[in-house]
Amino acid sequence: MRRSQAIAAVLARLRDEMVVTANGWISREACAAADREANFYMLGSMGLAAPIALGLALTQPARRAVVFDGDGNLLMTLGTLAMIGDLHPPNFLHIVFDNEVYGSTGGQRSASANVALDALALAAGYVDVRRAVTAEELDVAIAAQLAGSGPAFLLVKVDAEVNGTAPRVPHEPAAIAERMRKAVGTVMIG
Amino acid sequence: MSRSAAFLQLLHDARFDFFTGVPDSTFQPLLHALESDPELGYVTAVSENVAVGIATGSYLGGHRPVIFMQNSGLALAMNALGSLAAIYRIPILLVVGWRGHDGSDSPEHALLGAVTPALLDALRLPFFVPDAASLPADVARAAQTLEARQMPCALLCRPGVVC
Repeated sequence: MRRSQAIAAVLARLRDEMVVTANGWISREACAAADREANFYMLGSMGLAAPIALGLALTQPARRAVVFDGDGNLLMTLGTLAMIGDLHPPNFLHIVFDNEVYGSTGGQRSASANVALDALALAAGYVDVRRAVTAEELDVAIAAQLAGSGPAFLLVKVDAEVNGTAPRVPHEPAAIAERMRKAVGTVMIG
Repeated sequence: MSRSAAFLQLLHDARFDFFTGVPDSTFQPLLHALESDPELGYVTAVSENVAVGIATGSYLGGHRPVIFMQNSGLALAMNALGSLAAIYRIPILLVVGWRGHDGSDSPEHALLGAVTPALLDALRLPFFVPDAASLPADVARAAQTLEARQMPCALLCRPGVVC
């Protein structure tokens, strides 16, 4: 499965979820597939997609926070898995698009080729842990996890692609933050 | 009222309402008070850069966050502050315990203690260095700075100032 297809498939199923997308191709491909107000595109600060989504999940308990993470991103702040298992936010869905390489920097291998990130999530205390390799498996898993209670974890195995085609995220960083605040209703619109 | 309770009251009066951070012995009684107050709540982060991420998410979710950290952790959080909080205009109050501020601390704090103000200057982050008498005014000034600048602002706290 191509990562851009997997990202588009997940976005097509979302309604009012708050999404945080990891820096690099994941943010670019999410923005190109469906540029939502409630998408928080990270441009830098690798490793912090899940922590940002955790802050959203804890402060907006009535809405679901969804992370579009990468294997390299998650490995950089792996301790966050333990925080999420410990704090146990039911409105937290952690999706990792795992291509087993650092694709945004030229395809250097990551540890996820030999380390099962979903097993780590299960050990940390996520309650609904799944793995999808095909588009059909992704569809089934995402439908169930968007309807169920978390913290949930979905490992999506995707192709290793070094050169993506999605353009850069066109929004200024401050505008990305303000859009999310408006989308969750923390500032008045207009 | 204990010194830590008085400081928490100052933060509460300035309408801060989300607290995270990494434990620092400088803030021991303060963190104990935070952990035991279910209304305030406190999220222990695994590292200071992760705390910046969590605080950012809480701001997006409509809260006014505070991070407690040691100055050694400020060094760890430099990229998170520079490539996330500063450019996305996220106002976060950083309450930083300043180990090694006078050169008399243990060896691991000597160099980072000496350069801590320079680290904040390098990131172009505003900060105040309160003493016990100026603390209420400095909390108010920090809150005003967060509002005006829309970026992190630090209270650089020598041991004994806030608790």
